[in-house]
Amino acid sequence: MEHIVIIGNGIAGITVARNVRKQSDKRITVISAETDHFFSRTALMYIFMGHMTYQHTKPYEDWFWQKNRIELLRAYVERVDFSEKRLYFSQGEPLAYDKLILAVGSTPNKFGWSGQDLAGVQGLYSYQDLELLEENAQHAKQAVIVGGGLIGIELAEMLLSRNIKVTFLVREKAFWGNVLPKKESELISRHIREHHVDLRLGTELKEILPDANGRVNKVITSDGEEIPCQLVGLTAGVRPNIDFLKNSQLETDRGIKVNRFLETNIPDVFAVGDCAQFDVPPVGRRPIEQVWYTGKLQGEALANTLCGNRTKYEPSHWFNSAKFFDIEYQTYGWVHAQMQEDEADFYWEHADGKKALHFVFDKQTQQLKGVNTFGIRLRHEVFDQWFSEGQTITHALEYLKDANFDPEFFKKHEDEIVDKFNRENGTAIQPKGKSWKRILKAVMG
Amino acid sequence: MRENGFSIANPHPRQTDNVQKLGVAVAMMGLLPLFGTWAGINISGGWMLSLSIACILVGTAIYGVRTYLLVPEGIKNTANWFDPLTNRGLWGWAVGIVLTGFYILLYWFPEYLGLGQNGKTNSGLIHLFDPLSQFFKGQPASQWFMYGTLYTVAILALGIKFIYKYRHSRYHVVRTSVVMLSQFFLAYFIPEILEGLNVGAGSQYYGKDLKNFWPLNYYFFDGWHLDNMQKEGTWGMFFLVWGIIGFAVLTPIITYFVGKRWYCSWVCGCGGLAETAGDPFRHLSDKSMEAWKIERFLIHGVLAFVVLATGLLMYTYFTGKDFGFAINQYLFFALLIGAGLGVVLLYRKNNGFLPSQKVIWTTAVVVAFVILYFLVPNLNEGNSTIFFSSYNFKKWYGFFVGATFSGVVGVGFYPLLGNRVWCRFGCPMAGYMGLFQRFKSRFRITTNGGQCISCGNCSTYCEQGIDVRAYAQRGENIVRASCVGCGVCSSVCPRGVLKLENGPDGARLKDL
Repeated sequence: MEHIVIIGNGIAGITVARNVRKQSDKRITVISAETDHFFSRTALMYIFMGHMTYQHTKPYEDWFWQKNRIELLRAYVERVDFSEKRLYFSQGEPLAYDKLILAVGSTPNKFGWSGQDLAGVQGLYSYQDLELLEENAQHAKQAVIVGGGLIGIELAEMLLSRNIKVTFLVREKAFWGNVLPKKESELISRHIREHHVDLRLGTELKEILPDANGRVNKVITSDGEEIPCQLVGLTAGVRPNIDFLKNSQLETDRGIKVNRFLETNIPDVFAVGDCAQFDVPPVGRRPIEQVWYTGKLQGEALANTLCGNRTKYEPSHWFNSAKFFDIEYQTYGWVHAQMQEDEADFYWEHADGKKALHFVFDKQTQQLKGVNTFGIRLRHEVFDQWFSEGQTITHALEYLKDANFDPEFFKKHEDEIVDKFNRENGTAIQPKGKSWKRILKAVMG
Repeated sequence: MRENGFSIANPHPRQTDNVQKLGVAVAMMGLLPLFGTWAGINISGGWMLSLSIACILVGTAIYGVRTYLLVPEGIKNTANWFDPLTNRGLWGWAVGIVLTGFYILLYWFPEYLGLGQNGKTNSGLIHLFDPLSQFFKGQPASQWFMYGTLYTVAILALGIKFIYKYRHSRYHVVRTSVVMLSQFFLAYFIPEILEGLNVGAGSQYYGKDLKNFWPLNYYFFDGWHLDNMQKEGTWGMFFLVWGIIGFAVLTPIITYFVGKRWYCSWVCGCGGLAETAGDPFRHLSDKSMEAWKIERFLIHGVLAFVVLATGLLMYTYFTGKDFGFAINQYLFFALLIGAGLGVVLLYRKNNGFLPSQKVIWTTAVVVAFVILYFLVPNLNEGNSTIFFSSYNFKKWYGFFVGATFSGVVGVGFYPLLGNRVWCRFGCPMAGYMGLFQRFKSRFRITTNGGQCISCGNCSTYCEQGIDVRAYAQRGENIVRASCVGCGVCSSVCPRGVLKLENGPDGARLKDL
């Protein structure tokens, strides 16, 4: 029986395991040094804040693995012998594989800051990072977070939940400024400050300084300001966790190089999820995708391949979502931080400054290219259909009520939104009422 | 991980300011007369009860407004698993024991709450409620009047707090307002006023809560209840006809259109308490597959029990005949233990991969409890037979389900098993509506495409113990008999994945 060995029990690796099991009887082993069982990495913050316990973050109960004959191995892989097809661990006997799946995920970026390895300085990615944060938080009354992205703002929310004062250093002139357009970035910045975070835009970390015991006790910023703190969170992005694979026959760059079939340069070795780097990425997508659902989609494609049905990773239109403190964000299609030459846009913001909708479309053809939404939920399938059909901004606004996904009784803003567009563009679009028939057509495909 | 928030070394206590403290102090002062009289102190004068209720309402409102209005609106689940009240810690157990004790006294030993029996006047806690009862209907309070009043106060006070906590969601604001009004007017004010207006004069009591349909109101079809309604002209006949239409026509139709939530989280009294007073405990429900198996067995078992018990009583009522046979208690116990063993063995045979601890414990507790129920009085009386009859079936249902399950376990165990134990595992009304919701209804929780990140907030905060995530992460809609439509899964979802809605029933399941 063919032995499929998967290194990494995150969403990508586990998706491979589950889908191979659905289609075959192959022997499957999943190896992780992090935890015994698969858990949702995106939920780490909720454990720290006391919304959930670790148990709740496991998407499958513990009996699931035995029932589905997925062997779990808690071990740290030190070295892979690709020619012998063997894994060597920090402890114990080596393990032979027939096919190897590398789903090893990421590790926090460190950019060689002075003091980055002091006690009390840490990133946030793994379960062990969370345990470390628990310990570091015990010592902290003030914290500095470095890096204005999704993990940074989550860490800010986490620390505030323990009454730790947070100073948030963001290198860009705007929060998450390499992804969000200016107005959206400002909206989120206001909300961050509403939560009493000391947000410092356009400010970089220069140096982290220790106290007499070698623990962090202040940082110095690019402005030369000293900020006292007992905890520093380094959240300037993540990179593939592949140091143990460097200097082997495996071809790597920032990540493990793969083609669109998730195949590496070595036969029977594949890479999937955060750690995979496409030589030719899908149109409009990045070579490394560090998103929950892309790990899932890649895992599904790879499982097909492993079971004899060679399948290309072919994601549909881009989408994503996040939550910034209390404000939910969803995006469908592409809304870039900087609009491109051929693009026009339409932005609406609610009077309370916590809801916004931002459409981007083609100047010439009026074809819809993307939408950012804050504080209003939108139906994924409806936008997916509009992109596939090449619908225009006019169409999207006319049928916007179909796309609303807010809970019942919530205030609706479509009429106001379309009104604004009409005023700005001299159009006379009449929003149509919500139609289940159209919605179900989008959902059922 | 930090699990024990009771640590005195906790370096980051949650801060309460003076206004919050004032709110809690006022509410606690309102509770004082209740505990004082429960302990046997006699307080007369209507002003004390009014003051007590006013303090509870005002104090809770002050606390709620101050706690939630000063911070930006949003989900407020921080520290739920650190707080000893809400993580099955010391305070959780303490509150659970006090509540459970209260229910035991209420159902079986009301004299310890001060109920005057055999012509004696009330004292203690129940006496505190005499003036209000006199005001409504010119008679001293019963334990049920005291209970109904406190129940209503709890829903109103903690309902206000709930509304502030979830003020960002109009679904919760509307739903909670309706359930508070429903409790106050339909379950409390109107029935008490009707009693006071002497509706039912010349006859005995019958239920006047317009929304309390059979089978939740399990005595509706009892002979005495049917007689009492018929004896008393127009009003009685109205309640009789309304009760039948309510359960046979209205319930299925409304459940078809909007799901069972119209009842369970919008008008029901049990649901009202669970959603308001019980809200801090919603995450304690058990989400395991094993618990789901127990749930389906129990809730449909109770539904079958109430149908059988009611059917037998109706048979006796209309034919005047009672079946009736005696059985040796030890034979019965042996059969019961055999049945228990059978259940456990069958479960293990069919679910080899699932844990079976909870099934074994539940079965053992139920079997032992039933045996004790028969054995203790029989030993006292030197009797060794158990008599099966229509009347006794009903009596047993009243004891095991009506009192023990819905009251003692249902509310007493809020801080240990979550706020919907009764609604999920026992309520026959929920079981009845669940059949429609599962097989013929327009209600579903829609999953939004591929946005789910499997974080688990939805499952954790589902008071009915539904593993919502299991569906959401597959992109499937959630169609489950037990969903009471509280909408909290949708609220706590950080990615906007879940939406409660009514739509064409043919397309509820995306994979159809």
